[in-house]
Amino acid sequence: MGNMNLAANVKNTWCPGCGNFAILNSIKAVLGALIEEGFPREKIVIVSGIGCHAKIVDYLNVNSFYSLHGRVVPVCEAIKLANPELKVIGFAGDGDTYGEGLEHLIFAAKRNIDINIIIHNNRVYGLTTGQYTPTSPLGFKGRSTPKGTKEPPINPLELMMASHASFIARGYTHGIELLKKIFKEAVMYKGFSLVDVLQVCVTFFNMYDYYNKRVYELKDHNPEDYGQAMEKIKEWDYNIDSKIPLGIFYKKGLPDDKT
Amino acid sequence: MKDLSILIAGRAGDGIDKSSLIIGEILAQLGYRIYIYRDYPSIIRGGHTFSIIRCSWNKIAAHEDIIDVLLALNQDSIDLHKSRLSGESLVIYDSSTVKSDEGIGIPIGEIIKEANALDLMRNSCIVGAMCKSIGIEKNILEKIFRENITKELDLNIKVAFLGFDRAEEFIKIEKLDQKILPIVTGNEAISRGLIKGGMKAYIAYPMTPVSGVLHYLAGVSEEFSLNVIHPENEIAVMLMAMGFSYAGTRVAVGTSGGGFCLMTEGLSFSGMAELPVVVLLGQRPGPSTGLPTYTGQTELNFALAAGQGEFTRLVVAPGDSEEAYYWSALSMKLAWKYQIPAIILCDKTLNEGTYSFDIDLAGKINGPEPLLWSKLGEYKRYQNTKNGISPLAFPSDKDAVVKINSYEHDEAGITTEDKDLTVAMQGKRLQKAGYLLRELEQYETVKVYAKKDAPTALFCWGSNKGVCVEAGEKLGLRVVQPMVFSPFPLKQFKEALKGVKKIICVENNATGQLADFVKFHGINVDDKVLKYDGRPFTLDELSQKLKKIIT
Repeated sequence: MGNMNLAANVKNTWCPGCGNFAILNSIKAVLGALIEEGFPREKIVIVSGIGCHAKIVDYLNVNSFYSLHGRVVPVCEAIKLANPELKVIGFAGDGDTYGEGLEHLIFAAKRNIDINIIIHNNRVYGLTTGQYTPTSPLGFKGRSTPKGTKEPPINPLELMMASHASFIARGYTHGIELLKKIFKEAVMYKGFSLVDVLQVCVTFFNMYDYYNKRVYELKDHNPEDYGQAMEKIKEWDYNIDSKIPLGIFYKKGLPDDKT
Repeated sequence: MKDLSILIAGRAGDGIDKSSLIIGEILAQLGYRIYIYRDYPSIIRGGHTFSIIRCSWNKIAAHEDIIDVLLALNQDSIDLHKSRLSGESLVIYDSSTVKSDEGIGIPIGEIIKEANALDLMRNSCIVGAMCKSIGIEKNILEKIFRENITKELDLNIKVAFLGFDRAEEFIKIEKLDQKILPIVTGNEAISRGLIKGGMKAYIAYPMTPVSGVLHYLAGVSEEFSLNVIHPENEIAVMLMAMGFSYAGTRVAVGTSGGGFCLMTEGLSFSGMAELPVVVLLGQRPGPSTGLPTYTGQTELNFALAAGQGEFTRLVVAPGDSEEAYYWSALSMKLAWKYQIPAIILCDKTLNEGTYSFDIDLAGKINGPEPLLWSKLGEYKRYQNTKNGISPLAFPSDKDAVVKINSYEHDEAGITTEDKDLTVAMQGKRLQKAGYLLRELEQYETVKVYAKKDAPTALFCWGSNKGVCVEAGEKLGLRVVQPMVFSPFPLKQFKEALKGVKKIICVENNATGQLADFVKFHGINVDDKVLKYDGRPFTLDELSQKLKKIIT
């Protein structure tokens, strides 16, 4: 029921098969359930940057703020500081927030403001038609790097650990149940939370086969243990052909009662 | 004696700034009107720093070259400021460290030792000596010390009294029978004005000359329930302001030119998203880092044109503490009524200068209130109304879905690339300027001073007001000060020029930005007096330059 109410009457322009649909459907389910449980819909605010991901604000019929490239995080922080009753969820791209707006992400994590940042990490610029991003693998051949990049990607989750982020998770746009579970926990978490979602861009960097062979869900993992979290975060550095763990790596303090 | 100028000088770190405020407070107690000019280098310790405290029977906002009293805490203070002394000037110096063939030497070093005091208190000692020399009683000195010093108060008073006792009286300054006015820095006046305008959040990254606003507001944040935030950079500052504005909180940001460069993407966003914000733009000499702790009027063009695209903005340039207070409050109110960015152009002279402040002179602030959603029907954040102003609702308002968008958007805030809608929405945003211009007619947007019917007019803007008004009075000139630059009240400006035959433009920049601005509006300036060495005009200097032009 909540799902139906949340859909905006706007034509969707994502490519067929785009990973963004899974993010949209997952968050719609999580917010719908939240509203059904009694959370006032008018106290939900979503924020997006610029890029394919950002269209999500047009597709959800809730309070929204379509911000600038790289500028999702400071807007989220300010909305939460201005009105702490609001639930503030930011959607951002990898070029957007690991590139253009990286400082903001580090500082928001350090400040531990109670916002939830979801990264649509397709590891390529889609809307500007295929250039490398901070998480593209070494040697990535994009339109600005036709001979392949000479720099390794950053591991954004490791960077978040170093910035004192209190909740760090990774999702994947294939397998919506796990994504929903992660989103729900992140949204309910009281403090700064970051979910890096491996979101596949079918047009410019189709990684479905690659990811399907490597991803696995974290089991017997204690997310409150910093050492274990760091170990799992370092298992895949966004470059090597290792296994790719999914789930909640790190979660500081006690979980919220409602989760 | 209608006028007295005191210069206190020493090394950075000698407490020159604090002492100048105390001297200002002491003179204000006697009924004088005060202006304090601060001159300091961009370093923490060492270097030469000085302040000129000028007091007068009448309201002033400028200093003079010639000083009546020099208080010297080191040798540079004498050597660098000798040229400012007249035959009658009085020099008081620390004879423990300074050699001088004239004036009164006070052995401050010995006094400090004798009193078991700290070297940091040398300034208190020389202020004590000054009081005796110009005939100010110990009880006034003590009162002001008690009101302004928190650390080691008794020891500071002791040292000041010892300085007092070693000096002798040269003149007896008259006590005036007029209202005692508080003294404030321009930054404090702006801060209080913003609060009066309903500001509840202030966001800034430290930058001279507006850091004083950040410090002041951080200090009073609990008293006025303010969110005062210092984030990672000016980009975050401006985007955070947009978040506050969206949530319904009146917000201002402060910076100088370099920081404003980073804010321009957010400024343009404010124009597109119709989220109000007040921007304090404290000018200083550029380009680039320029002279960080000195003054300039370099950013009129920048303020008018900053940000991509075309959008309605309010740009004002107050000239003294009362105008800073009044226009800060009014800018906040107008920004919210019209849902636009408002820029307050200020500069180091205004921001860090200290002025007597007369709340009655500033005027009552009865600015407009924003249009709120009636809660009837479906809410549309960008509803296209007759005057372009859409009713406001905020997240957490029941039954409203509030959608903000940096892309071109429809009335509901949904992204569009439709050509007709693009024209309609651009028209909606731009037409607000016409309505704002009409509303501004009820305010004094162009001020005229001195000989109001004189055929020769001085054009000035911002902090040059004070020095131009005094020079205009002395030389019998009309002084015209535009307060608002966007939207520009051309009708009022032309009225202020009736009967003018000759126009002289006075500015602290190298190109004459006001002269170019009025030329664009069809008014030709005959002469320009420009100064761009980082220092404001002194009254004597400007008067001499003007005399050459008019004779």
